Amino acid sequence: MSVHPLMQALARMYGADRLLTRPAQLMAYESDALTAFQQRPAAVVIPQDREEVIETIRLCHEHETPFVARGSGTSLSGGSLPIADGIVIALNRLDRILRLDAAERIAVVEPGVINLKVSEAAKPHGLYYAPDPSSQSICTIGGNVAFNSGGAHCLKYGMTSNHVLGMTVALPDGEVATLGGESLEGVGPDLPGFFVGSEGLFGVALEITLRLLPIPETYRTVLAAYDSLHAAGDAVTAVVASGLLPGAIEIMDALAIKAAEVGAKAGYPKAPALLIVELEGEAGAVEAEFAQLMQLIEETAPLEVRMAQTADERARIWKGRKAAFSAVGRLAPDYIVQDGVVPRSRLGDALAEIDRLSASYGIEVANVFHAGDGNLHPLILFDGREEGALERAEELAGEILELCVDLGGSITGEHGVGMEKRAYLPKMYGPVEMQAMEDVRHSVDSLSLANRGKMLPAGEAESLTHVGPHPLEKAGVIFRE
Amino acid sequence: MNKVSEVQDAVKEAKRIRVRGGGSKPALSQRRCADDTQLLDLAGLQGIVDYQPEEYTFTARAGTTVAEVAAMLEGKGQYLPFDPPLADRGATLGGTVAAGLSGSGRYRYGGIRDFLIGIRFVDGRGQEIRGGGAVVKNAAGFDFPKLFVGSLGRLGALTELTFKVFPRPPAFATVEAEFEALSDLLTGLDAVTGSAIDLHAVDFAPAEAGWRLWVRIGGLAPALAERAGALQEIISGGAGRTGLLRLYRDQEEERLWQEARTMAWLAEGMGLARVPLTPGRIPAAEDLFARAQPASRRYSVGGNLLWIGWPESGGLGETDGKPDAPRTLHGLLLELGLRGVQLIGQGPRNDGLSEGGEGPLLGGPVQNAFLRRISAALDPEGKFGAW
Ligand SMILES: Cc1cc2nc3c(=O)[nH]c(=O)nc-3n(C[C@H](O)[C@H](O)[C@H](O)COP(=O)(O)OP(=O)(O)OC[C@H]3O[C@@H](n4cnc5c(N)ncnc54)[C@H](O)[C@@H]3O)c2cc1C
Ligand SMILES: Cc1cc2nc3c(=O)[nH]c(=O)nc-3n(C[C@H](O)[C@H](O)[C@H](O)COP(=O)(O)OP(=O)(O)OC[C@H]3O[C@@H](n4cnc5c(N)ncnc54)[C@H](O)[C@@H]3O)c2cc1C
Repeated sequence: MSVHPLMQALARMYGADRLLTRPAQLMAYESDALTAFQQRPAAVVIPQDREEVIETIRLCHEHETPFVARGSGTSLSGGSLPIADGIVIALNRLDRILRLDAAERIAVVEPGVINLKVSEAAKPHGLYYAPDPSSQSICTIGGNVAFNSGGAHCLKYGMTSNHVLGMTVALPDGEVATLGGESLEGVGPDLPGFFVGSEGLFGVALEITLRLLPIPETYRTVLAAYDSLHAAGDAVTAVVASGLLPGAIEIMDALAIKAAEVGAKAGYPKAPALLIVELEGEAGAVEAEFAQLMQLIEETAPLEVRMAQTADERARIWKGRKAAFSAVGRLAPDYIVQDGVVPRSRLGDALAEIDRLSASYGIEVANVFHAGDGNLHPLILFDGREEGALERAEELAGEILELCVDLGGSITGEHGVGMEKRAYLPKMYGPVEMQAMEDVRHSVDSLSLANRGKMLPAGEAESLTHVGPHPLEKAGVIFRE
Repeated sequence: MNKVSEVQDAVKEAKRIRVRGGGSKPALSQRRCADDTQLLDLAGLQGIVDYQPEEYTFTARAGTTVAEVAAMLEGKGQYLPFDPPLADRGATLGGTVAAGLSGSGRYRYGGIRDFLIGIRFVDGRGQEIRGGGAVVKNAAGFDFPKLFVGSLGRLGALTELTFKVFPRPPAFATVEAEFEALSDLLTGLDAVTGSAIDLHAVDFAPAEAGWRLWVRIGGLAPALAERAGALQEIISGGAGRTGLLRLYRDQEEERLWQEARTMAWLAEGMGLARVPLTPGRIPAAEDLFARAQPASRRYSVGGNLLWIGWPESGGLGETDGKPDAPRTLHGLLLELGLRGVQLIGQGPRNDGLSEGGEGPLLGGPVQNAFLRRISAALDPEGKFGAW
């Protein structure tokens, strides 16, 4: 046991089973889902209620020790990577749904509540929580808040931010603040909106008020195969231009389709590109939209069209798509996933350029993406055992990020900057913007304790060791989008 | 002022600043201010910078009027789904963002906070800073666009704004229903908003006798009649709950919501305040308003927002024999634990809420440690009237 005074103070608060300091205990916390980065913290604490979280933060502040909040550790950008000699605050035991008010259509939850649990709890009332990251069976609302996480169905109703009404947070010195409330509207600056997506730099969310929506009455899902990615992209343009507002628009390329076939036996048509469009809503409206959608799709000369009218058929179409990420793991030992965004009309240009880069690097890239909002998810395949392969894959990933910025887009649509992309944030924003973010951060957290070294470029880069899917992903429990 | 550099120079030189868009919310922008306050009139900072219909985004200078933008979008079958209010009074985009104003349509897809994706603003040091981006999805960096929604000109001067927009549904229909008692209306409201029907707007207001509810749906025209039928059934659900039901279509329907956007129910010369709440808080609020002899009001966004209006003289009770509606409203909101913002009309007298004893915040000041720290970073000298 360390004699560090902070450790002594923590030991007074936490029993041995909730204060982890031995290397074997810490191992599980050394990485998040971006396993390229590993770091051993001084200790992991496992608080059981918000008072313990607040007190821990207060102590960290008193002893000027950095800390990282951790949900399920599924961050794909190194967001929940520990800080060397810092404290990890594992929030999984703060997993109570404190209030589910069906009449007000809200749920008040602790940060460690699993995303899917909210929808499960709301289901008996005919309600659900809309944001659906494909890690939703394991990731926490606290992690979703920190990254403004999205999912395939965020096209119509938006990301996490659009569904968080209020929060109680502990600022990085332990002072508690209430942001927003229970109404859809607020008074004064939109503070919940500013906290969401701040990647843990503004402190720890202790309690989150979520908006619930009535469960859509019905879905209609269409799968169309095309002879090129370009043709699939044109179909997206046609759908979007028609004024239809689908719940999801997704594209997969040949390599991703192959992966889905190998990994999930999806039974997809063999084609260079697949498009999935899903309509959701009340039956009458969806029927009418579906007729219009089918006509539009026919006009784009697809190789083949399948449609789902039943829940089973719908599940079959989504199965391959949802499994594509993990399935890519079967095509190559390792991969990196990026999630840059480009303007929708530049999707074709972006994909052509990624194709060119892939060829010139001699590295295979599979593409699965949220076409409806221009959010790319290129999967860069490599074999980590080959000398220099990771570095080359990372170089290619960097070029894709720069491509997104050059096309007027963003380096991340939903996975966050984290540790991984912090060198690229200054490519998106100028020195004045970077300084403004530093200033705000410094004013909120004068000692830079909360998630130090993430998002904003600073300090030494961590050493790279290995890249691979999240252990649960390998086991087929969760899927990536 | 019609150049960003002028705004920057003015900010650098000034001790205190009050930002004004066009002044459609004079309780905010034209409050009495201290002698050393420099008024920054941004109405001149006008014009669309970029409009990409196929991207469903546009960028405009902050002084551009909501009316101009709405007309531009309409030409391409697009719209701002949150129904920005007061366009007819010259509301600017910057003023609408700073006042955090969304109208009835907010119910369907979200409010102004959900559609603002990028901003440029001049901070307290006179620097122009960009936040957010130009694409509809972006998780990189702090979300400054959201922070400025509702900032009331007190975090910096917005110079340029980027919004995402949506395709405008080809047709709308509205069901109007009358209820005798508030409790009946609230039961009907719950049934409607809990149903699987996709609702564009849900507003209600006291009527001559009882209450009137308006529920708007939109989509492809052929399906609309049937959907409206289903909607009527749900509203009238609990037998005998409703009196008259009426269906509005086409121009008549459009006019109904145009009047909501312009606040046509607010008579000439009336004050206006905006109070966020939830449906569950309405009975208690109505109890108090009934006792205070309320002026006109309209609930919007499915009971998440209350617009309240009062005659500039009289109404809402009296203070020291002199009518002081905002002061009374301030007291009522304090009692209810609610907060509001006054948009039009004279502020409460001597309420001690802000400098000069006159402030637009009703029901108590916004005191927040997080906000204080942010404000100190963006405007260290408190030129914009620090939070
Ligand atoms: C297979 C797979 C699929 C995925 N699919 C998607 C997807 O479809 N869409 C998507 O957006 N993301 C996806 N992700 C990424 C990831 O699941 C999300 O970023 C998720 O929100 C992280 O949640 P978590 O609980 O694992 O958080 P963690 O990884 O533990 O933490 C993430 C960040 O949040 C911070 N944090 C955690 N709790 C709090 C709190 N209470 N207060 C403040 N900060 C906190 C951490 O410090 C860290 O910076 C996927 C990941 C995997 C592995
Ligand atoms: C009844 C009435 C009749 C009118 N008739 C006319 C007419 O006939 N002709 C005419 O030209 N005008 C008229 N006006 C004034 C015109 O409406 C203004 O141009 C309009 O009010 C625009 O102001 P605004 O709504 O944008 O916000 P404002 O009321 O100016 O401001 C609202 C809030 O936003 C803040 N704010 C505004 N802009 C910014 C910004 N860029 N950055 C940061 N904060 C900002 C302010 O500080 C304030 O807190 C009338 C106004 C009223 C009320």
